[in-house]
Amino acid sequence: MSLQLDFPAVLERWPSFLAGAALTLELAAFATVLGALLGTLAAVGRGTHNALISGACKVYVEAIRNTPLLVQIFLVYFGLASLGLKLSAFTVAVAALTINVGAYTAEIMRAGFEAIPRGQIEAAEGLALSRLQIYWHIILLPAIEKVYPALTSQFVLLMLASSICSQISAEELTAVANYIQSDTYRAFETYIIVAVLYVILSLIMRAGFWGLGLVLFPRRRRLGTPL
Amino acid sequence: MGGHLNTNHLMFLGQGALWTIGLSMIALIGGGIVGFVIALARISPLKSVRLASAVYVQLVQGTPLLVILFLGYFGLAAIGLQVSPLAAAGASLTLYVAAYLGEIWRGCIESVPKPQWEAAEGLALSRTQRMMKVILPQAIRIATPPTVGFMVQIIKNTSLASVVGFVELMRSGQIVNNSLFEPFAIYAIIAVVYFAMCYPLSLFSQRLERRMGRGRSNLAPA
Repeated sequence: MSLQLDFPAVLERWPSFLAGAALTLELAAFATVLGALLGTLAAVGRGTHNALISGACKVYVEAIRNTPLLVQIFLVYFGLASLGLKLSAFTVAVAALTINVGAYTAEIMRAGFEAIPRGQIEAAEGLALSRLQIYWHIILLPAIEKVYPALTSQFVLLMLASSICSQISAEELTAVANYIQSDTYRAFETYIIVAVLYVILSLIMRAGFWGLGLVLFPRRRRLGTPL
Repeated sequence: MGGHLNTNHLMFLGQGALWTIGLSMIALIGGGIVGFVIALARISPLKSVRLASAVYVQLVQGTPLLVILFLGYFGLAAIGLQVSPLAAAGASLTLYVAAYLGEIWRGCIESVPKPQWEAAEGLALSRTQRMMKVILPQAIRIATPPTVGFMVQIIKNTSLASVVGFVELMRSGQIVNNSLFEPFAIYAIIAVVYFAMCYPLSLFSQRLERRMGRGRSNLAPA
């Protein structure tokens, strides 16, 4: 057996690879924004004194964090279908990824809320800030600032996990790779290229979050604390 | 098609669940051994070793497990290396888990307080002695909660082995679904079984973490 690698034969499909990579980023972007909102709400809900709401948030977080994403995607896919909803694979993928990353975000945000010193809130009350002002300026924003690194690595992991959406035929990068390798019979080259593309995508995301952090947290930038 | 979930189906799912546990153990042991080497390589005095292990970790952590699995199964087959689904899944998971455990353990080793390293050096212990007798025993204590927590990730990630045709819990669910066609019910059952495997580990990890937190706060100056 002679080993012959032919990368150019696969690389000439670069428009498909690029389209897949773009869709992967798009999936990740939608799920990141929606998941961040959902997760923050769940973290707030977990901290309320209403036992029903906080219980429901806890069940959501634990159920998602202790089951595989692949199972969740199938459940959302067939669950929505059995409700009679005919949605595109992309919509289902965004929904499943949002639900998934929302649970992880909730846990991270909860850690952020718990790290806010009690005295800060008391001081804000002493300065007669309204409840809303306290929540926004004293609790939410500093909490996000504290957990920003953990949040961003979770979102990069989410982008990588979106590869699993290829299993419900969302046309993202991994699905494109599956198609190209079945067409060219060059599975090894195809998956090596795709792996490199994912590494590049994760580097792009990390750089993006780093830049965003500089813009969002000027205080940190001035103090020179690393993000 | 048609028919109801019967004992045979449940037996089949049970067998799949056992394979999920088996594959998790393979990944944990294989990934643990390689990960330990990675952790030590990351803090090696040799710059080239540090760099090589850092590149390995960055590459693996920047690639989805699914792509690594495809590479290990279809990729190797395409260049003439036929591997069984079990071998492909076991090897891919080992490489994947090693990158994460290596990073977790490196963090634990480095979080052993600096004076401990200096004291060991001051007692003229060799590098190996310092590692084996002073640093690692303390690092293992720190490493236990995150390692148990990561076992949850391993169990969940073994579900991806289903895509290369390894019949673990997820794949056995898909096979049962092919004959019954009740996807929602079957995947719900699968989800519950995964939850039953993972949740106790999550709780255990949290408890260990809390216990360690208490230990630390006892040591903190009043």
